Amino acid sequence: MKHLSKPFDKSSFITQKGKPYLIALLLVFIVSTICYLFSSYLSYRVVALILLLVVSVIAVSFDIFPVLLAAFFSAVIWNFFFIPPIYHFRISTSEDLILLIMYFLIAMINAVLTYKIRRAETKAREKEEKANTVKLYNTMLNSLSHELRTPIAAIIGATDNLQSANNNLTPGHKDQLIAEISKAALRLDRQVGNLLDISRIESGFIKAKKNWVDIVETIHDVVHKIEENGISQRIIINISPAIPLFKTDKVMLEQIVSNIVNNAVLYSYSDSVLKINVSDSTRPPVTVGDVQSISFVDNSLQTYRADKSDQTFITNNHNQTFTPDNIQNPDFQKISTEDPGKQTLFPSGPDKIFSKGNVLSLMIEDSGPGFPDNELPFIFDKFYRLKNSKAGGTGLGLSIVKGFTEALNGRVTTENVMGGGARFIIEIPCETSYLKVTNE
Amino acid sequence: MNKTEILVVDDEEQIRKLLEITLQSNNYQIKQAANARDGIIMASNHPPDLILLDVGLPDKDGIIMLQELREWYTNPVIVLSVQNSEDVIIQALDKGANDYLTKPFRTGELLARIRSALRNPVTDETEPVINTEDLQIDLSSRTVTVRGELIKFTGTEYNLLSLFARNEGKVLTHAFLLRAVWGPGFINQSQYLRVFMAQIRKKIEKDPNRPEYLLTESGVGYRFVCK
Repeated sequence: MKHLSKPFDKSSFITQKGKPYLIALLLVFIVSTICYLFSSYLSYRVVALILLLVVSVIAVSFDIFPVLLAAFFSAVIWNFFFIPPIYHFRISTSEDLILLIMYFLIAMINAVLTYKIRRAETKAREKEEKANTVKLYNTMLNSLSHELRTPIAAIIGATDNLQSANNNLTPGHKDQLIAEISKAALRLDRQVGNLLDISRIESGFIKAKKNWVDIVETIHDVVHKIEENGISQRIIINISPAIPLFKTDKVMLEQIVSNIVNNAVLYSYSDSVLKINVSDSTRPPVTVGDVQSISFVDNSLQTYRADKSDQTFITNNHNQTFTPDNIQNPDFQKISTEDPGKQTLFPSGPDKIFSKGNVLSLMIEDSGPGFPDNELPFIFDKFYRLKNSKAGGTGLGLSIVKGFTEALNGRVTTENVMGGGARFIIEIPCETSYLKVTNE
Repeated sequence: MNKTEILVVDDEEQIRKLLEITLQSNNYQIKQAANARDGIIMASNHPPDLILLDVGLPDKDGIIMLQELREWYTNPVIVLSVQNSEDVIIQALDKGANDYLTKPFRTGELLARIRSALRNPVTDETEPVINTEDLQIDLSSRTVTVRGELIKFTGTEYNLLSLFARNEGKVLTHAFLLRAVWGPGFINQSQYLRVFMAQIRKKIEKDPNRPEYLLTESGVGYRFVCK
């Protein structure tokens, strides 16, 4: 197989490189053929102009060497087929000789000039790109500098005040200053944590430590910690009591939820309501044992294909089952059995406690202003901050959410809720265990 | 007696809170605004004696706000910013800020800058006299005495020093000094400034490498202080 593919690669490489030359020569050839057919109507001087036009057109789209080749080739053709005496390279009149030389020179100059212009353009573009990178870097440094130095400023200022021999400082003031110090220290700690997280994600050395997680406890812990900071929003948690245990990385999961909720608290209106819904996108009850394999179809994780010993059926998470007979449903048209996406083996045997192929899905919704539509695609970018966003934040929180979710093989999406607010949906495929429900 | 009123325009609640406590306990009255819009409204409704303005505001560039303020507001403005933003500071000073502070700042320094900015601005008629234990500068008789000794200065040196004496406690940017002493064509010739500053320091400072009077404001300019 390898042996076969090698020479093929080489030839395709040559055609790739030789393509502009071929096209250039072909164009000159076609146009000269047409001119030749009409040579009784066209004087050979007009043909020179037409060929020159062809060379110019080639110069606009190709590199210098194909253009030079086209210029040379067209000059030869013109000389041989058009300048009298035709079918001879000999030129009878000195005027024609001058014309030929002129033709050749103009074509060359044309090629070189176009090439130069194109080079200048590329350079300008590169320069612009570089400037943009520098600008981005500066913005990033500024926001980081602001974010880290503001709490430091608060700490230094507060300690200065507390240490000073200023008698006007009331006990109330002192308490406030101490509260500010602890608030600032926590903020610093959070930002340093963010920076460490993002460098961990960047380095690629991030590995999920999966263990059984009680999602109810985890979500309540995170929310409790956030509520302790004294927020005005009300957080409503909605988790089905029958939710299974999930095998995933608890620390990452906590960070994901905490970053989104913190973000929502920061940017939604005071006294508004924040909703957290957790659901287990459990697949329709497939009896373990009579299914041989199960696989996700496309990456949406909304559908999967299960192969039973006797039939294949496709289903979505609304407990609708589609057998090969009723697969005419348009939603499932694009599914191909050749490309089933992620493959996970279903454990066989009578044991029904573990099931793979389940998805933990979290939906966090606020009633803030939502995201401007044109900025939605960028919100997970590192250091990206919404235009006109208020103080605080490095633009790292959501990129950490994305990094961690992906490290858990999941995905995060976001959308604006009708009537205001942003909605984050996180879907993490993980093993589930109903031990909790069945045995308690 | 009415308390001196200071308007703080900063989007960081933490900084506002800190400034509130600091300033209140030092007998200033404080008003707060979290963005440029509110800041301008508050300043125009009742012009404060001094404005502490953060340059990084959410709704408007602090520099632009400063420019708008300066169309009618004549009291001192001290600009607050985080470090690494010398360019912004220079811009702010050029656009009419009286002074600047980089966060994090020491409380003592903040209070000193506020006091210095609130001191009556020097007018041309009253030529001030700098009179400290070690240094006396008499601008009317054009004499400078250092530790009891009359010191001779060249024309340019004296022009530079007198400029500092007139703006005691204020930061003067490189561009401002070059324009004022050498002329508008010399704004980028900071090497002149370095040479002359070194000369003056040699004449007035005890240890020119550790100046007490002519302090360097990194990347921005110089500040003349007398204790």
